[in-house]
Amino acid sequence: MMQGRKKDFPILNKQPLVYLDTAASSLTPNAVINKLNEYYKDYPVNVHRGVYKLSYQATEAYHAARQTIADFINASFDEVIFTRGASSALNLVALSYGEQYINAGDEIIVSELEHHSHILPWQQIAKRKNAKLVYIPLSKEGRITVEAFQSVLSNRTKVVALTYVSNVMGYITPIKEIIEIAHQKGAVVSVDAAQAAPHMQLDVKALNCDFLAFSAHKMFGPTGVGILYGKSALLQAMPPVEYGGDMNDNVDLYDGDWKDAPYKFEAGTPPIAEAIGFAEAVRYIQSVGFDAIIKHEQGLRKQAIEGLEAIDGITVYNKEAETGIINFNLDGVHPHDVVSFFDEDHIALRAGHHCAQLLIKWLKVPATLRASFYIYNDASDIETFIDSAKRARSFFSEIGF
Amino acid sequence: MHQLETLYRQIIMDHYKNPRNKGLLEDDSYIKEHIKNPSCGDDITIQTRIENGRVKDVRHDGSGCSICCSSASVLSTLVKGKSVEEANTYTKNYLNMIMKQPFDETIDLEDALAYQGVTKFPARVKCASIAWKAFEATLKKASE
Ligand SMILES: Cc1ncc(COP(=O)(O)O)c(C=O)c1O
Repeated sequence: MMQGRKKDFPILNKQPLVYLDTAASSLTPNAVINKLNEYYKDYPVNVHRGVYKLSYQATEAYHAARQTIADFINASFDEVIFTRGASSALNLVALSYGEQYINAGDEIIVSELEHHSHILPWQQIAKRKNAKLVYIPLSKEGRITVEAFQSVLSNRTKVVALTYVSNVMGYITPIKEIIEIAHQKGAVVSVDAAQAAPHMQLDVKALNCDFLAFSAHKMFGPTGVGILYGKSALLQAMPPVEYGGDMNDNVDLYDGDWKDAPYKFEAGTPPIAEAIGFAEAVRYIQSVGFDAIIKHEQGLRKQAIEGLEAIDGITVYNKEAETGIINFNLDGVHPHDVVSFFDEDHIALRAGHHCAQLLIKWLKVPATLRASFYIYNDASDIETFIDSAKRARSFFSEIGF
Repeated sequence: MHQLETLYRQIIMDHYKNPRNKGLLEDDSYIKEHIKNPSCGDDITIQTRIENGRVKDVRHDGSGCSICCSSASVLSTLVKGKSVEEANTYTKNYLNMIMKQPFDETIDLEDALAYQGVTKFPARVKCASIAWKAFEATLKKASE
């Protein structure tokens, strides 16, 4: 068990809190907060620009952060673009690669498990280009399977845009197999790893994915930063989507040219403190280790599922998920009503459609509750959660729901 | 758990389980406004019929949590029969009340007073407001 991890997180030492909303954003440990402070206290200046010592120091730290994150996913330095987060990274792929290479009649494969940030950009490209958005039929459980993927793959497939781990169901997509098959048809694969990066080791070389995106704030890092990984050859051939300072080489009156990737995709002052904090978050994860993280989350998940199953009138939609996300409802009670009950017990849960309306429609419910776990949760958190769920069930039944 | 209990026990469950004036009408003399809260899926439509400067009828329909749905029912019973001016005043008072802004306590909001409890649940203020905002929008449309 993760003995003592709670002490690393100031918010957990400040007020009673059972935090079960990591899938939205994780809590921030002292190490990361201190790193952000270090930037603002010791070298709070712009990168790439000044030739004075402080600017050199900031630039070095920013470079080192990129290298840390590249190493973390087994990419090279030039293949890691800092973005505002997973959403802007996934948008970048659609706006740059999609805009350049998608033509009328081409097909883009997506799924109903996608977060809005991986559906809407491709939906817009498809509309603009007269291309076709093709959905992988989900299994009865709501999973993406290799067989179902093959059933929609065609010679017209140009892009496959899929999530690695569903932010609602917690299922792991068999993405490695899918990538291999997609490549045989010459399609490129964009992987949304926002829910994968915090919980499992990623290796972009082993996956052989073309693009992969995640956000810092779901893995102990600060808000406002994420990365896009892209294969070097693809990135070099893609046009920038934003223009401005730092991304350009030579600027003339009527045209200009751009630096190589990753810089041509980073117009303007980047999120410097955030990138440096992001690298610290990666070091924090590495200090815990993914084996320990996975084992811990599995334990909590099992305990929570067993607890919920013992309560009548609660439906769990993803009993068999592999990651620490539980998607459930109190039968007949709107999740917003329930979440206020948990809130009064100082338990933070998510209620709603989790930016995945397509999946909520697929489940045929108005909305759901989601509990998600990370290393700062422990068995006593789960006991508190289950106890509260029991009392919530009685309360809502009693008042007439 | 006490605060949620008081909030729900009162008027809210009654209007949630037995909504008044529910169901929309196919009638062009009604002014319609639809509001959706995309973060939770609350989805309410209000229909208002105004005659001679008075709110003759209010209908509502939609889906959402108990706070959202019940508040549409409470609203409909409260403003029916009031002048447009009064209805506007009631609405502003109600919205100020749930948003913890100063409001005129001499105006009797009747059942709608129960929603003062949502100030204890800041995240639910939106649920309690969307029916009223939709109603306010119908009054505005009518005056245009
Ligand atoms: C699966 C998935 N993809 C993408 C995102 C978007 O991440 P962000 O909001 O940090 O851009 C999220 C987070 O909500 C997510 O869970």
